[in-house]
Amino acid sequence: MRTILVGIKRVIDYNVRVRVRPDGTGVVTDGVKMSANPFDSIALEEALRLRERGEADEVLAVSVGPTEAQQQLRDALAMGADRAILVKADAALEPLAVARALLALVKRETPRLVILGKQAIDDDCSQTGQMLAALWERPQATSASKLEVQGEVARVTREVDAGLETLEVDLPAVITTDLRLNEPRYIKLPDIMKAKKKPLDVIELASLGVDAAPELKVLKFEAPPQRQKGIMVKDAGELVAALKQRGLA
Amino acid sequence: MDRVLVVAEHADGKLNAAVAKCVACAAAIPGAEIHVAVLAIDGSAVADSAAAIQGVARVLLVRNAANEPALSAVLAPQLAKLAEGYRFVLGPSTTFGKDLMPRVAGLLGAPQVSDVMAVESATRFRRPVYAGNAIATVEAPAGRQIVATVRVASFTEAPAGEPAPVQAVAIDVPLPVSTRFVSVTAARNDRPDLQTAARVVSGGRALGSADNFKLIQGLADKLGAAVGASRAAVDAGFAPNELQVGQTGKIIAPELYVAIGISGAIQHLTGIKDARTIVAINKDAEAPIFEVADIGLVGDLFSLLPEIEKLL
Repeated sequence: MRTILVGIKRVIDYNVRVRVRPDGTGVVTDGVKMSANPFDSIALEEALRLRERGEADEVLAVSVGPTEAQQQLRDALAMGADRAILVKADAALEPLAVARALLALVKRETPRLVILGKQAIDDDCSQTGQMLAALWERPQATSASKLEVQGEVARVTREVDAGLETLEVDLPAVITTDLRLNEPRYIKLPDIMKAKKKPLDVIELASLGVDAAPELKVLKFEAPPQRQKGIMVKDAGELVAALKQRGLA
Repeated sequence: MDRVLVVAEHADGKLNAAVAKCVACAAAIPGAEIHVAVLAIDGSAVADSAAAIQGVARVLLVRNAANEPALSAVLAPQLAKLAEGYRFVLGPSTTFGKDLMPRVAGLLGAPQVSDVMAVESATRFRRPVYAGNAIATVEAPAGRQIVATVRVASFTEAPAGEPAPVQAVAIDVPLPVSTRFVSVTAARNDRPDLQTAARVVSGGRALGSADNFKLIQGLADKLGAAVGASRAAVDAGFAPNELQVGQTGKIIAPELYVAIGISGAIQHLTGIKDARTIVAINKDAEAPIFEVADIGLVGDLFSLLPEIEKLL
């Protein structure tokens, strides 16, 4: 079975304006919409396309997180994943712990590709994929904007500071997605019904025997300093005068 | 004394300016002894540049034919070996560092602190989360090896100093051949580098086409500025991906940022909030960009751009 394993993280929805709690212990989550990390939806879409092109037999969606993440896995199944596994962990995990949990699953499921988002939009760490690749001792190609699989090799175009870099990696490998890799499909109502019959296994993180104890302690969260609203000018002449006054023109 | 290893990013025989910013970050760690690791084929010129950064005590030069073009799968095992005895391993939060450093952390089994924007002590760091909508203060366990990426927009380059010694180091670890470089395509341009430019002119979706996007180049030329773009402009194909400014693109801190026809989505503002002066031109007076702009002008960019250029 040629499996593609896709990571799904439950995060505060992309469109929510995140606010820091007044006591600084975190951000406001009460009554806030939660969704799959957008980069993970791109990862899932890419996996589905590879399966549709005959480059994979099944797409396995995995989340390492709280019980509620089953909702995002159901969405993944509705989008087209064949089965899902929730590795249940109620405490917040660091990327290294998530990478270790994913490695344990990778050893069991032996996927030919693991596709993850390049970062989660909550902690913005951008670590898990690379750490998994290191622990697994397999190639990585991060920030992918194009992915072609031919036999046992993937050719990946990456968005880098200089432009676009193309790598060739032997499979299995870890790929992380950038925004322009694809546009995820919408979930259709009948698919939501069908997804209810697809397998979603829940396993305890502890059952994987990985060291998941957090090492970094977040002492506090603060709102960032706000920029002051400046002046409005009414024409090009005033704009240039304002620049000159600041020594910028 | 804590030893800090800074990983040098370089290309075409030149040290990336982000390295001097990483050294500035490292120097903020109390009692740091800073070493810079240069992994290259030859690397002599790069090592000399790194040795001339103030605060650097030593440059470790690791030569290997496999080291260029840089592949994280090849560099990481060498760095993990080199990192023995170092309390901190730092790299820039560029696409190079973001790709490489977590792989090093994975091999070391060490936690990583991403995008360090301030050092409060040898164990306390500040970093942005939620696209910069919150700043977290993170504490690392005392005595534990830590990998970190440095948010380069938060630090100014360490100045030149007395040259430090360059020491060639041989590292004998097996290197994988399962990752192969194929090509890199970058638009050649003579403009200042977007990430380090003192001035940046960026265009948004309102420019309407790739042809129209060129209009902002005239203004950029007049100001001696680099050119940037919003995600919307890149997605629409008006500008190449390497010009994207924002949460998932480049995070920059120029003296002057001019946003032309950019509405100012929160993800874009994340990339520019350390700019000293923000100028915004947009036909929509309600655009969020005006909430952060130091100088705002409501109007049609197509008629305003030529006028401004003429006046400069």
